[in-house]
Amino acid sequence: GRRAMGRAMGLAGLLLGLFLVPAVLVSTSFRHGAPPAEPVPEPAEWERASGPFREDSLWPLPQWLRTSPRQLQLAPGRFQLVHGAGSSAGPDCGLLQDAFRRYYEYMFGQSPRWTRGRGPPGGRGEPELSQLQVVIEAPDPGCYSYPHLASSEAYHLTVTEPVAILKADEVWGALRGLETFSQLVHEDDYGSFLVNESEIDDFPRFAHRGILLDTSRHYLPLKSILTNLDAMAFNKFNVLHWHIVDDQSFPYQSIYFPELSDKGAYSYNHVYTPTDVSLVIEYARLRGIRVIPEFDTPGHTQSWGKGQRDLLTPCYSGEHPTGSFGPINPILNTTYDFMTKFYKEISSVFPDAYIHLGGDEVNFDCWKSNPEVREFMRKQGFGIDYAKLESYYIEKILDIVSSYNKGYVVWQEVFDNKAQLKPDTVVQVWMGNNYAHELSSVTGAGFTAILAAPWYLDYISYGQDWKKYYSVEPLNFPGSEKQKKLLIGGEACLWGEFVDATNLTPRLWPRASAVGERLWSSRNVTNLQDAYERLTNHRCRML
Amino acid sequence: AENEPPWGTPCTQLLVFVAMPGCDGFPSLDSKENYKLSVSEGSLLLSADAIWGALRGLETFSQLVGRDENGTYYINKTEIVDFPRFPHRGLLLDTSRHYLPLRAILETLDVMAYNKFNVFHWHIVDDPSFPYESFTFPELSKQGAFNPMTHVYTASDVQTVIEYARLRGIRVIAEFDTPGHTLSWGPGAPGLLTPCYLGKEPSGTYGPINPILNSTYKFVTNLFQEVSTVFPDFFLHLGGDEVDFTCWKSNPKIRAFMKEMGFGEDYKKLESFYIQRLLDIISSLGKGYIVWQEVFDNGAEVRPDTIVHVWKENPTPYMEEMANVTKAGYRALLSAPWYLNRISYGQDWMAAYKVDPLKFKGVPEQKDRVIGGEACMWGEYVDVTNLTPRLW
Repeated sequence: GRRAMGRAMGLAGLLLGLFLVPAVLVSTSFRHGAPPAEPVPEPAEWERASGPFREDSLWPLPQWLRTSPRQLQLAPGRFQLVHGAGSSAGPDCGLLQDAFRRYYEYMFGQSPRWTRGRGPPGGRGEPELSQLQVVIEAPDPGCYSYPHLASSEAYHLTVTEPVAILKADEVWGALRGLETFSQLVHEDDYGSFLVNESEIDDFPRFAHRGILLDTSRHYLPLKSILTNLDAMAFNKFNVLHWHIVDDQSFPYQSIYFPELSDKGAYSYNHVYTPTDVSLVIEYARLRGIRVIPEFDTPGHTQSWGKGQRDLLTPCYSGEHPTGSFGPINPILNTTYDFMTKFYKEISSVFPDAYIHLGGDEVNFDCWKSNPEVREFMRKQGFGIDYAKLESYYIEKILDIVSSYNKGYVVWQEVFDNKAQLKPDTVVQVWMGNNYAHELSSVTGAGFTAILAAPWYLDYISYGQDWKKYYSVEPLNFPGSEKQKKLLIGGEACLWGEFVDATNLTPRLWPRASAVGERLWSSRNVTNLQDAYERLTNHRCRML
Repeated sequence: AENEPPWGTPCTQLLVFVAMPGCDGFPSLDSKENYKLSVSEGSLLLSADAIWGALRGLETFSQLVGRDENGTYYINKTEIVDFPRFPHRGLLLDTSRHYLPLRAILETLDVMAYNKFNVFHWHIVDDPSFPYESFTFPELSKQGAFNPMTHVYTASDVQTVIEYARLRGIRVIAEFDTPGHTLSWGPGAPGLLTPCYLGKEPSGTYGPINPILNSTYKFVTNLFQEVSTVFPDFFLHLGGDEVDFTCWKSNPKIRAFMKEMGFGEDYKKLESFYIQRLLDIISSLGKGYIVWQEVFDNGAEVRPDTIVHVWKENPTPYMEEMANVTKAGYRALLSAPWYLNRISYGQDWMAAYKVDPLKFKGVPEQKDRVIGGEACMWGEYVDVTNLTPRLW
């Protein structure tokens, strides 16, 4: 285990050498030297801005971190991010090359003044850090692959003169480590770039750390999505749950079924072409982010009916169709022919191993009104239990998707309504009422779960609501150790009823950062005051 | 013929007719904003008593112009007679809790014009920061701004805002809130704020403006002399809200003063003592004033033409407060139900829309004293990154 050493306080502490600060042990008032002399003011109260960023304004907080007050200087004209000796990745690793340039720009800006400098080192007398060497240790670094649930995101960072070393199993860990390193580099009052000698050992607590974006209630232009992927990378999120279509609009331009978006999108300008989709997937990949698309059925499909005749169930009033439609019609063979072909496309367009199939909030009224559906229920022996019809549909979809070798994520209703699920199904728990109990049920039945219920960020309210998101402890549910292992992570959801490109970024960030730390950092990192200090700096850095 | 556009004769000119001269003046509470718009075949006429009405009419005209699916611009035959129900329709921005760069203020003024707002209530300084660059007291922003080089409003910035607003028929009413909400004034004006005491010794912290020193009133006179010349509107907002008495009570010199004046333990009397002297100073500078409701609630003696700004929802429900204020003969502004910084999920615009400022028991003369209201966007959680989508 890690040694714990009490931290010397005040000035005396600063004069000593290294401090050992296992984040596991943290009583965070110790981490910043002497404890505050007076009660720390409520953030809402006035406090004079205290100057540049604290050296250790890391977000999310690494699992294990030790820093020394000894600082190293970086000269932007000379400093380089390079592949280290023995790395299984080299200059042909496009993903890392791209990351090197990106992180250089984050740290030093894009100023043209950073020409290659050979002049005498000016300013301070600190030793110079000339390089960060990145060493990938696994034989297959993953440069050309897509991240997946089991990818390694662990990294070890040693910052000491003359070169810093970032070691990771795979490129994904290197991306996480580069983000952390960039957060360590800071400027002093004179504009010199400095970094404290440090050693960091880090890995995520949960493997699935996602953001849900809804591009159906309001179309989100590509730029908006890409900006969001950048913000996700700053916070070590690794899944974009793309809730791409829904009742209101169908912006996904399908290759096999172009009418879906022709008739179902808000306009021809409000679509995602195959090129757009590839762009998002690649932009995400370069940041170690998986893209899991959600094509939610059988409910939430009004927009599908515009471009695909006879897909949705016609609703009846007595003997006659009313002209309106309900969920997908589960009794027709044509439905499943369509779905087979549709999912063939989706499975090849989206490289992730998982597809989200939805399955939430299916309203049975329309099915109940339709005489053919009622007849089908009778024939199948479902009685009047429409949950059985829903499960019948879902199971057929699950089979279709499995035949394309994809895994699937479903909303909790699919589990609650007792559909037959494959053992590797992931169930997403979203209903706010007693979600802990639902987590127990889902994991108790042996299924993997992801938690979204307490993190519906579209539910805005006045004040510092990030605190309530931060204070959620995902494993606070009754269950065995084995069960708890089945909770693989969670997602912050930004449903789009009241969100479009004009307000997405300020609404989602930095509130989602609170969720990001909860899912990455250790369980004991819970001090709100410390989080507040780091988060305020992190937010300014993200801007 | 088939290719003839469905629209009538093309319109080429909107004629704007303004009855009263006055292009170079500033809008005021009494400005006339009424206009008539007449759109018919071959004639587009906008007529108004004053230029301010012409601005309102132009906005309306621009909203009437449509574009069909071929891209053709058109306008329907229309007759409009329009005037505002309330003459004071304001928006409050808070540039102390977070600095707002000039462009954010100017953008807000544009959107205000789209919505026919006509008062920009600039809550320019407060506890957290003092961004107003004063030429009489330059130390105030040097010591009190978040960053005295970057997070300040220079004299030129202020003039830019005032003129940009004027061109849109918007009055700029500056608020220098005292005696509370003044922590940021302290560093640049030593001796201005009340030193708080812990027992017999000063604690090192400060409270509201010190009402017992002559130097205070000298300072206030000089500062407001400057503010009166910088801001051309007749009205200044003097604040007067949320004065915390704890610090005053802790200070032995203040306690002695209270005794001397026969105020007993009623610190509201001390607050009113300060406010009354402040109001006299402002009057002598030839300005009128708006104050937050506490000034009225705490019984200060104010001029009959004082405007009372109602913002609290308790202990007195705001409609009751509106009745009380107007009954006492003062004009009233309503903000209480319109604190837009208090966000919540869903279509909260409806709650704001449903408010009827005149829904209180009172005689017609009272109702006439309600001159309007203001939507407030306090800055605790607002800066340039989220101001516009939060406000509009």
